[in-house]
Amino acid sequence: MTDAAAPPLALSVVGLRKKFGDVTAVADVSFDIGRGERLALLGESGCGKTTLLRMIAGFERPDTGRILVEGSDITDLPPYERPVNMMFQSYALFPHMTVARNVGFGLVQEGVARAEIERRVEEALELVRMAELAERRPDQLSGGQRQRVALARAIVKRPKLLLLDEPMAALDRKLRERTRLELVELQRRLGIAFVIVTHDQDEAMSMASKVAVMDRGTIAQLGTPTTIYERPRSRFVADFFGSANILEGEAAGRLVRCPALGIDIKTDHAADAGDGRRVGVAIRPERIALSTHRPEGADNAAMGVVQALSYLGDRSICHVEMAPGLTLRAAIDTRHDQPRPGHGDNIWLAWAARDAIVLGD
Amino acid sequence: MAARPSDPTRLARAAIVGPPFAWLLLFFLAPFAIVAAISFGQNAPDAAPPVAMTGTARNYAFLLSDALYVDAYLSSLRIAAIATVLTLLIGYPMAYAIAMAAPSRRPILLMLVILPFWTSFLIRIYAWRGLLSEHGLINALLRAMDISGDPGTILGSEWAIYLGIVYAYLPFMVLPLYAALEKLDRSLLEAAADLGARPWRAFLSITLPLSLPGVIAGCLLVFIPAVGEFVIPDLLGGTETLMIGKVLWDEFFTNSDWPLASAVAVLMLLALLAPIALYQRLRAREFGGS
Repeated sequence: MTDAAAPPLALSVVGLRKKFGDVTAVADVSFDIGRGERLALLGESGCGKTTLLRMIAGFERPDTGRILVEGSDITDLPPYERPVNMMFQSYALFPHMTVARNVGFGLVQEGVARAEIERRVEEALELVRMAELAERRPDQLSGGQRQRVALARAIVKRPKLLLLDEPMAALDRKLRERTRLELVELQRRLGIAFVIVTHDQDEAMSMASKVAVMDRGTIAQLGTPTTIYERPRSRFVADFFGSANILEGEAAGRLVRCPALGIDIKTDHAADAGDGRRVGVAIRPERIALSTHRPEGADNAAMGVVQALSYLGDRSICHVEMAPGLTLRAAIDTRHDQPRPGHGDNIWLAWAARDAIVLGD
Repeated sequence: MAARPSDPTRLARAAIVGPPFAWLLLFFLAPFAIVAAISFGQNAPDAAPPVAMTGTARNYAFLLSDALYVDAYLSSLRIAAIATVLTLLIGYPMAYAIAMAAPSRRPILLMLVILPFWTSFLIRIYAWRGLLSEHGLINALLRAMDISGDPGTILGSEWAIYLGIVYAYLPFMVLPLYAALEKLDRSLLEAAADLGARPWRAFLSITLPLSLPGVIAGCLLVFIPAVGEFVIPDLLGGTETLMIGKVLWDEFFTNSDWPLASAVAVLMLLALLAPIALYQRLRAREFGGS
C-alpha cells in the first residue's frame, strides 16, 4: 500500500474545494498531518474551518479534491464507513440513552460482541473519569460531564483520526483551561491524531502541535504555534494570531525603510518580495522595550510620546504616538519595581532585529 | 391578610380561566350529567321526553349481556385501531418529509395538510360516496384501464370506512408527528452516522424513539374520535359493519330508547377513558419540560 520507510500520514487533504451556491466556503486547501499530530484549524466564523472538518467527517461532499486517511482515499465514503470519529460542538449525545449506551452506540453498529462492548465502554469511561455515571442520562449531567461522555464516545471505536468541533465552546473559562490539558494528555496516551476546529487562539496554541490559520476559505499559514507567532507570513496572520504593531515600509535587503517612523528598521531576514517592494513590518507589543533615555546598542530605536496606558492586570499596554496618526503599542509588565510611564512623557522604544517580522502581503 | 397582595392576580387569573371552565361546565359536563342520569332511567314512549327516571341499572345489564352491543364495542375498537395504524403508516412519512423539507417550504406543506378543513367534513365524506360507488369515478377508472371487468364496489365495505377515517383524520396524525420530528436535533443523526450507523439504523435507533411522543399523541388523536365515529361508517360503511356510534344513533332516533342510548354513550366514554388519560399524562410531561 504505502512505502514502508515512510509511515503513512494520519490525514492528507489534497486540493479541497467546496462552494455553497455562489459562496466559496473552502477554496483549494491542502495539508498533511502525521500520526499522533494535533492540528488546530483556527479562524473566525465563516472562514471555512467547520466546512473543512465536516468534509473530513463526510457530512459535506467536496466539489473537488481528495481526502486520505492513513493513505487510503475516503473521499467517496459515507460518514458511517469512515475510520474517523467526531466530537460535536453541541456534543450531540442521544438524549434517550444512558451514558453507557451512548458510548457503546458505535460499537453496536460495528457488531462487536456484547461482553466486548461492555469492557470497552467501561475502559473509555474510565479514561474520561465518568465510569460512576454510566447509567445516567445526558440531561442528568453537567456541561463538563457531557463533554467527557462525548469524548469517550468519539474515542471508543479507536478511530484513526479524531475530529473536534469547538470542543470547549460550551464550557466556562476555568474548566476550559483544565480540559485542554486533559485532552492533550489523553491524546498522547492514545496516540490518535486529531483535528480541532476553534476560533480561540489560546486553545489552538495550547492544544495543537500545528496550527492552520484560515482566512476566507484558504489556509493563510500552517506551522507550529511558535512559527506562526514568531514568523507570521502575512498581515492577516500577524494581526489575527496574537496582537501586533504593523508598519508599512519598503524592502531594502535586511532593512525596511519606514518613512512614517523616520528610521530604517533592521530585521534579521530579507523580504521574499525583493528590494523596492512595499512590505509590512510586524512588531509584537511585548517585544518592545521602553526607556526614558536613548537605549545603547539597540538594533532599532525610536522616540514617541505616551498617549495612554491601559492596565490589564498581568500587563499594561502603553500607547505611544510616534508621529501624527502613527501609534505603537508596547506591553509592559506590572511588577511593582518597574517604572511606569506617565501620560505625555517622551519615551524611547527599542526592539531587536529578530523581533521585526517582514510580512509578504 | 397574607393573601392580599396576590388578590388582584388571583382575580385576573379567575377572569381568564373562568369563562372556558364555565363553558365546559355548561356545555359539556352538564349535558353529560344529564345523559348519565338518563342512562339509569327507563323508556317511557308516551312521555316527553320519553324517559321515566326510575334509577335502575337495567340498561347496563342489558348492554353487557347482549352480544350485539358487545360486538359493536369490540368492532369499533378494532376498526379504530386498524385505521389508526394505517393513518400512522401514511402520516409518518408525510410528517417526516415536511420536517426534512427546506424551512421556507414547510409552511406551504403544512398548509396543504390543513387545507381540507376548509370544506365541511360532512360534504367531504359525501364526496367519497360519489368516488367509491359502483358507478363512481374510481370504478370507472378501473374499468377504463381494463384491470378488471367487475371491480366490485368499495362503498359499503369495511375498507371504505378505513379509507374515510384515514382521509379525515390524517391531519391529526401528521401535525403532532411533524412537531416531534421538526424539533429533532439533526446533529444527533450526524453523530449516529459518524459512529457507523447506516441511515436505516439511525432512523430506528434515533429518529423513531425520539419521535415517539408525537407517534403516541397522533395515534390517540385519531383513535379516540375514530372509536365513536358515526358519519363515516354511516355514509361509507355497509349495513353489516357494526360501530358503536351507529348503534347509538339507532337507539336514539330509530328506537327512541333514550335511556339505552345514554348507557351506550356512557360506556363508550368509559372505554375511552384509558387512552384519554394516557394522552393527558403525555401532554403534561411534554409541557412539564425536562
